[in-house]
This record gives sequence, C-alpha cells and structure tokens, in this order.
Amino acid sequence: MDSRPLVRLIDAGRDFDVSRPWLNRVLEGAPRRVLRAVDDVSFEVARGETLALVGESGCGKSTVARLIVGLYALSRGRIEFDGLDLAAPGTDAPRLRQRMQMIFQDPYASLNPRWRVRDIVAEPIRVLGLAADNAAEGARVAELLRQVGLAAEDGEKYPHEFSGGQRQRISIARALSGNPEFLVCDEPTSALDVSVQAQILNLMSDLQQRLGLTYLFISHNLAVVSHVADRVGVMYLGRVVELAGAARLFATPRHPYTRMLMDAIPDLEMSGKPRTPVAGEVPNPLAPPAGCAFHPRCPHADARCRSERPQLRPVADGAAACHAVEEGRL
Amino acid sequence: MSDAPLLEVKDLRIEFPTRRGTLVAVDGISFCIAPGEVLGVVGESGAGKSLTGMAIIGLLEPPGRIAAGEIRLEGRRIDDLPPAEMRKLRGRRIGAIFQDPLTSLNPLYTVGEQLVETILTHLEVGRDAARRRALQLLAEVGIPAAEARIDQYPHQFSGGMRQRVVIALALCAEPRLIVADEPTTALDVSIQAQIITLLRRLARDHGTAVMLITHDMGVIAETADRVAVMYAGRIAEIGPVREVLQAPRHPYTVGLMGSIPKLGTARRHTRLVQIDGAMPRLTAIPPGCAYHPRCPRRFARCESERPELLAVGNARASCWLYG
Repeated sequence: MDSRPLVRLIDAGRDFDVSRPWLNRVLEGAPRRVLRAVDDVSFEVARGETLALVGESGCGKSTVARLIVGLYALSRGRIEFDGLDLAAPGTDAPRLRQRMQMIFQDPYASLNPRWRVRDIVAEPIRVLGLAADNAAEGARVAELLRQVGLAAEDGEKYPHEFSGGQRQRISIARALSGNPEFLVCDEPTSALDVSVQAQILNLMSDLQQRLGLTYLFISHNLAVVSHVADRVGVMYLGRVVELAGAARLFATPRHPYTRMLMDAIPDLEMSGKPRTPVAGEVPNPLAPPAGCAFHPRCPHADARCRSERPQLRPVADGAAACHAVEEGRL
Repeated sequence: MSDAPLLEVKDLRIEFPTRRGTLVAVDGISFCIAPGEVLGVVGESGAGKSLTGMAIIGLLEPPGRIAAGEIRLEGRRIDDLPPAEMRKLRGRRIGAIFQDPLTSLNPLYTVGEQLVETILTHLEVGRDAARRRALQLLAEVGIPAAEARIDQYPHQFSGGMRQRVVIALALCAEPRLIVADEPTTALDVSIQAQIITLLRRLARDHGTAVMLITHDMGVIAETADRVAVMYAGRIAEIGPVREVLQAPRHPYTVGLMGSIPKLGTARRHTRLVQIDGAMPRLTAIPPGCAYHPRCPRRFARCESERPELLAVGNARASCWLYG
C-alpha cells in the first residue's frame, strides 16, 4: 500500500467576511470584520485510516471538512490530495475531487424529497458517467442499496418513506456510488437515536474494511470518536490544539482543553469519580483572546499563555499546542 | 423526601384521531415523582416521552388528546382542568424547560422584562420586588454580572446562558414540578455539564420534583434518581437509575445500553451492540409486547400477550422473562 498520506493540509485557513453592509460601513464608520473560522490547520490523513476531528460548535471542524471537499475555497495554505496541490494551476482538481465524497449530518435536509431513492443514489453515477447503460446503472444502484443494508426495491420509494437511520444509509449509498476513496463524514450520526447510531457506525466500519476507505470523521461526541478513530484532532476556536493516536489521546490527554472535554462527558458507569467543573464558555471567535485562545478557561494559564500563541509541537505519539505541556508544567 | 408523590400519572393514554383511524401514541403508562426527586424519562424519537411531558403541562397539541387515565399534582387531578385554570397552574405550580432556549424566549423583550412579567403574573408582588427577585434568580442560575445582563435581549446571550435564563423563567414562581424536555440537547458538552449540575442542585435545594426527558443516557446517569425507559408509547422499564443502567432487565434497555459508545472501554474496530430494525410506527404497533419483533429473547407468549410492569429487584420491567 502507498505510504504517502492521502490527504494533507498545510497551514490551511479560511476567513469569512462578516462586516456590516457597505452602506453601514460608509455611514456609520463600522469597520470590516473578519472571522477566522480556520487558521493554521495542518494534518495528514493516511490511506485506510480514520482521522476524527472533535470540538464544540464553532471550532471550525465542519469548515475544515468543507474546505477539503471544495465547498469552501481556502483563504490561506494548501490542501494536497494524493500528493497533488488541489489549488495549483496544473492540477485537475475536479477530477481529484471525484475521489472524495461527503456525508452530511441531517439526513432530512440532504436528500431531495422529490426524487426517488434510485435517482438520488444514481446521480453521481450519471454525472461521472460510470455506467454504460441504464441496466448497468440499475444493477449498480441495487448493489449499493444492498451494501448499506437496504433492499433493492427501496430504490422506487421517496425519502419521506424512510426513518432517519435509513435515510443516512441512503446518503452513504449515494456517497459510495462514485467509487470514492475518501469519505468526509460531518457528524453523520448526530441526528440519530443511539440504537440507530450504533447501526450506522457498525455499517461505516464494515464498509471501510471491505472497500479500503479513508475517513475524515467530524464529531462533537468524544465517545463516538473513540469508537471509530485511529487518530484524533481536537479543535478549539479554529485551530488544532492536540493531534494524537486515539489510544494515547483517550488514555492520557495532554492539552488542558482535551482534558476538559473528556471530563465533561457524562459518566455512564456512575463510578462517582469527581468531575472538574467546567468553567466558562467558548469565546467570541470575532474577538479571540490574545495568546492561547483557551487561556481564559484554562486552570494552568500563566503570563506566557496570555501573550504568546502556542504552536503545535510534538509530544509522545502526537502533538499539542500548549505552553504548559511544552515547558513540562503539565 | 416525603412519601406522598408530588406527581402521579395513572394509566395515561394519548391518542391522535386521524382519518385512517386512531393512533395510540402513549399507551397506558403510570409513574410518580416524589418531591425533590429527578425522574429521567429516556427513549428514542417517537417513544412518546415528550408527549407525556406535554400532557402533564397541559400543552398537548390538538388533535392529540388524553383518551384515558389521570394526572394528579399534589393529589389534585389536573388533566381535566379547564384551560384557564390550567394556565394559572402552569408557571405557578409547574415549570417547563424546552430544548431550544431561543424559541422559549421572546426576542423583542429584555430578559428582565420577561422575568418580571412572569413573576407579576404568578406572585402577589410589586414591580420593584419582582425585579429584585428576577436579579436573584439570574444569579442563582449562574449568570455572571446579573445586574448588567438583566436589561439585555436574548440574542445578546450565548446558548448556554440562554438556557440558564429559561431555567430562571421556569423557577419564577417556585414551582413544585419542573418538566424539562431535552434541556441540554442543543448545548455543547462543556455547557451541558454546567446545566446538568444546575438542575440537580435546584431540585435538591428547593425540593422541586423534576421530570427530565432526554434521549441521552449520560445525562440521565448524572442527573436522575430514577429512570423510566420508554418504547413505543409504553414504559419498558422503570427503577432506580443505578440499577436500570448497570443491570438492565428489559432486553430493550440491555440493547440500548450496549449501543451507546463508551469512552475508556472503547476499542477501535470493536462493533457496538446493535438492535436491528427500528421502533415500530404508530400505525403498526405489533400485538403482544411491542418490542418482540426486535427482541433476541422473545418466545411465544411475547407475540400474543402484552406484558405489564413486573417487579424485578428494585425495578420493574414489562417483560415476560420476569413473569
């Protein structure tokens, strides 16, 4: 197997202009305001692995997903797929992007209610010209539906006839119909009930093994992530604060934010272990704190944390962006 | 904790008449909540948990209606009260907290105006006293600098802070019962933990009974004293939270607990326990035990005879395994 990473982000960043309208700026002297949704994000996804990105709302994890599949354009940095820069002039980016697909969070919003399931699943096949004729297309759609645990006859139905979990299966069938190597899954189970979530997570794991897929898995749920991920990136306010192998991250989280997230998970075992009360909230991304963005909520913050932004530096089996970790205070 | 239940629900049945026949959304459920107790009601979408909550606060949307059974608050029957009386009770004796704090607050009024109006509606106090109480409530639910924030509008608050305001609103008249329907679902985990701790503390300090409706077993484990697991409009299992979560009796609860990804024990590429199939639609609830088509331990009796809640240990489960 090719040992080069399939996907590589190098200092990727994306800004959104959230200024008031032009007239207000002229009349009221309101300044231009830029939201740095993603800043300086670098990571690699190896072939056949699952990299998970976790973080709270507004941390930029979905923006990263959309940058990779090309739903947003980069403001800074570079994204490489299979060793090729997606934005370079000589690269046939649309052709490369055919090899990636996305699964969205809300299975009620991501399927066209006026289309039959067979047309939804067949759309990538038609767009990419993957089937020789109608019969081949029909056979492929039936195969895809069976692969995700639906019946071939379900292709004649409309999305409203399916439950949330079944709709997410249809989304997965559609994503697989273009024969992708890389699937970007943005909170694929967040809208589902737990028992259905288990079905979808098991299905995704089976498909990965059978088809050799590479996943970028976006989720806010650490427990789900610990089940699916080989490696995990923790994001906070647009930056990756810790990146590590899943086993290491969950056994010995290094960054204080990762620790806080793990502490905040309700304890199902009811071991009665004391929980560190989580203080504060995510700051306004329009006015992020100076230095380390986490310092106002961090119990270990000192003067350096308040003034100097920490860089992602290697620690055992991964990397963390924290002065306290770097200095050995933590 | 006194023994007399604060809330008593008996054989509650909620129906939706439709052109194609009557749908039974909640089918003969009974439970009670003691003062100061938190009862968690857990189940998947469509299990009937929110409808049960809505029936208790008297906000069942037509054509949904209570077809049978009764609801008693402090011994007094409340399900047959005329709307005007129910409205007085709601807010005064029963507080409600919903999932989305933004839809529970009026965007055109400041947080203070909404709190003061609620207090004036339910309590015999003057405007100044009401404002003092509003400030005190905001401080109690953990809003920093309450003095400054009381005159702000809901959009100036973050999601977690808004939910705190909604909790303050529910607490205005010191209700005896709070029905909280997915109060933490719209919030991030770190904020969720704060809200859970707050609810827990309020129930303990004020002796308020809480009916906590959620799909999140983790929230139940952290907050509830007892838990009722609902499936297809019925209670599958009810009992002390530790017993139900750690030694579930009903096969549905067993499957549900197994399907939750757990941190720590989780290992990559281990399969989650999965319950095949889906909860039946209201139009096609199977005879006998509603869970039998998905149950790995079903036998003949399950297909024909509906199980009642049977005592197992300190809990009760509606399953013929214990009959």
